[in-house]
Amino acid sequence: MTGKETPAPAETVLAVRDLTVGFATETGAVRAVESVGFTLRRGRILGLVGESGCGKSVTAMAVMRLLPTPPAFVESGRILFDDEDLLTFPENRMRTVRGNRIGMIFQEPMTSLNPCFTVGFQIGEVLRFHRGMNRDAARDRTVEVMEGVGIGAAGSRVDQYPHQLSGGLRQRVMIAMALACDPRLLIADEPTTALDVTVQAQILNLLAQLQERLDMSVLLITHDLGVVAESCDHVAVMYAGRIVESAPVEDLFTRPAHPYTYGLMSAIPRLGRRSEYLPTIAGMVPSLDHRPVGQCYFAERCPRAGERCFREIPPLTSRRENHECACWNPHDA
Amino acid sequence: MTHDPTMTHDLLKVEGLRKYFPVKGSPRKVHAVEDVSLRLRHGETLGVVGESGCGKSTLGRVILRLLAPTEGRIWLDGVDVAGLGPRQLRAARRDMQLIFQDVYASLDKRQKVGQIIAEPLTVHGVGDRKARRERVMELLGMVGLEPSAADQYPHEFSGGQRQRIGIARAIALSPKLVVADEPVSALDVSIQSQILNLLVDLRKQLGLSYLFISHDMAVVEHICNRVAVMYLGQIVETAPVEDLFSGPRHPYTRALLAAIPRPDLRRRRGERPLLHGEPPNPETPPPGCRFHPRCPQAMAVCRSTAPPEYSAEGAGRFHGVKCHLYG
Ligand SMILES: Nc1ncnc2c1ncn2[C@@H]1O[C@H](COP(=O)(O)OP(=O)(O)OP(=O)(O)O)[C@@H](O)[C@H]1O
Ligand SMILES: Nc1ncnc2c1ncn2[C@@H]1O[C@H](COP(=O)(O)OP(=O)(O)OP(=O)(O)O)[C@@H](O)[C@H]1O
Ligand SMILES: [Mg+2]
Ligand SMILES: [Mg+2]
Repeated sequence: MTGKETPAPAETVLAVRDLTVGFATETGAVRAVESVGFTLRRGRILGLVGESGCGKSVTAMAVMRLLPTPPAFVESGRILFDDEDLLTFPENRMRTVRGNRIGMIFQEPMTSLNPCFTVGFQIGEVLRFHRGMNRDAARDRTVEVMEGVGIGAAGSRVDQYPHQLSGGLRQRVMIAMALACDPRLLIADEPTTALDVTVQAQILNLLAQLQERLDMSVLLITHDLGVVAESCDHVAVMYAGRIVESAPVEDLFTRPAHPYTYGLMSAIPRLGRRSEYLPTIAGMVPSLDHRPVGQCYFAERCPRAGERCFREIPPLTSRRENHECACWNPHDA
Repeated sequence: MTHDPTMTHDLLKVEGLRKYFPVKGSPRKVHAVEDVSLRLRHGETLGVVGESGCGKSTLGRVILRLLAPTEGRIWLDGVDVAGLGPRQLRAARRDMQLIFQDVYASLDKRQKVGQIIAEPLTVHGVGDRKARRERVMELLGMVGLEPSAADQYPHEFSGGQRQRIGIARAIALSPKLVVADEPVSALDVSIQSQILNLLVDLRKQLGLSYLFISHDMAVVEHICNRVAVMYLGQIVETAPVEDLFSGPRHPYTRALLAAIPRPDLRRRRGERPLLHGEPPNPETPPPGCRFHPRCPQAMAVCRSTAPPEYSAEGAGRFHGVKCHLYG
């Protein structure tokens, strides 16, 4: 993201540049993420939104260098974390970053918590590994971080197993584990999707409080535009592996430029605005192995598509301050 | 079979319905549905909302008699469904169908879409092969799929298209009542609106009545005429949709509405009133009002006495609320 800077912007914590990630499949290579770029500054929350399969998790896993290679391969790009390219780190150095300077909350809490160990042991392990704490110190700190994320009776809950906890508490444990080492960057992949709204509201508030208190940067991945509106400072909208629009949250919601963003905003039913029929986006997202070549991926579904859209890939270009859009015929042109 | 003369306008009437599940190795029972009463008028869409595990799906399944009720009465178009034997139940099933959330799991992967949609017709011996095939083609058209879909398999379709297949199967026998259990929850927003519009179309064309189960309040507000809010097995508030959303009465309904993240930027994080804790275990529901441990307005009486349903005034329309604040 280039564009004009506001006065004295906070320092950049994470800058992803031109990231392209492919997967080798039986029928040939496919690209899950294409030329993705974004900038996350200190103490800010960047939302990465898009429909299922658009490449949000692959982007996050690529940043964490957790994609299985093969079948995954990074075709191009740089992932600058505090100005160092994570893609150049050897695995042993990367291991000192993960769970330490970068915390991560994964999309499926049950798969990332080991059912065979107590939650206290699992949080403690992070502290023993990264901080070299002994058992007692790790346990004390574990109780402290569990309390910090609002887990009541943390002193006894440390000895419980994941299945003994409710979904909301498990999610808090995941957050506690991700925050145990005071990371500079938190990557949260759908941290509330599996939760009920009343519990989701608690977790989102908690994340916002912790983020502010720790001056942490957060990459928040979600498909829920409501969550984005309430939590994020800046939003990047993905469609079929590419970022199609990127803007400060107010600007995105009041003046969406990309026809896809515009369509999404109208297609969601909103409280207090009843109508018999909802506007729709015709058709569906092209599957990974059927993405058209050398054109805008949204063109087939786009009500504003012109001839150029089927000939040339629109680059992400700056429209207004910090507002970028990849479209030949955007809404506010 | 008993007929209830009072229900001239009601397609469905449920009274005092309970469903308890046994707990393995314990004398306790899961109180999944606890004393639920509701009515659904012809052509109406009644939303059932509430958080995970509050008993929405169980309620829907008991009404369809896919699960036997522990207690209570269910009338469909005047027929007492709860009391039907297996034979009569089979006949009654023609009139009530289910649309599933987990579309893919509910479609037999080895069958072609044509067979899947024709299944209810086959089971109930409707028409001959040719007539059934014609009906399948008609149904495919109604749900917006190509005729060629009949000869394809479910895995060849996207999530939204699979839901269309599930809907075609559900309406094959022209049922009176369709229980739609989270029909769009698994779908992306851009597909969700397509399916919601289809459900609205079918309601108009076929005069269907829906019991629409969902945890998404915005979707419910969009599609329903009336809403029932469930908490821990009980319906705590029932009202016409406009009244419920503009003037929620029950503290739980208020908290639920406040918790929804809204894509309208008018509120930002940290500004909403929060409900503490999580719903209690339905094996050991709290005494008194089931919501009292989480209720910001709980009074002494709430801890001991379960509130009856009070009628809150509302432009002459019924607005029921189970809360002592309105007693
Ligand atoms: N190991 C893999 N091999 C092949 N394709 C993969 C693999 N992992 C992911 N993909 C594909 O990459 C694309 C992007 O997946 P990703 O998980 O990033 O989506 P997402 O945006 O996180 O979706 P969701 O909202 O459903 O979590 C998908 O089409 C997915 O099928
Ligand atoms: N077959 C069963 N045996 C035992 N308990 C069950 C069974 N089916 C449901 N339950 C329990 O009954 C309660 C209500 O479940 P139900 O599936 O009806 O909830 P729901 O409101 O549909 O939730 P969700 O939103 O997650 O679908 C839950 O506590 C559930 O664990
Ligand atoms: Mg994902
Ligand atoms: Mg359910």
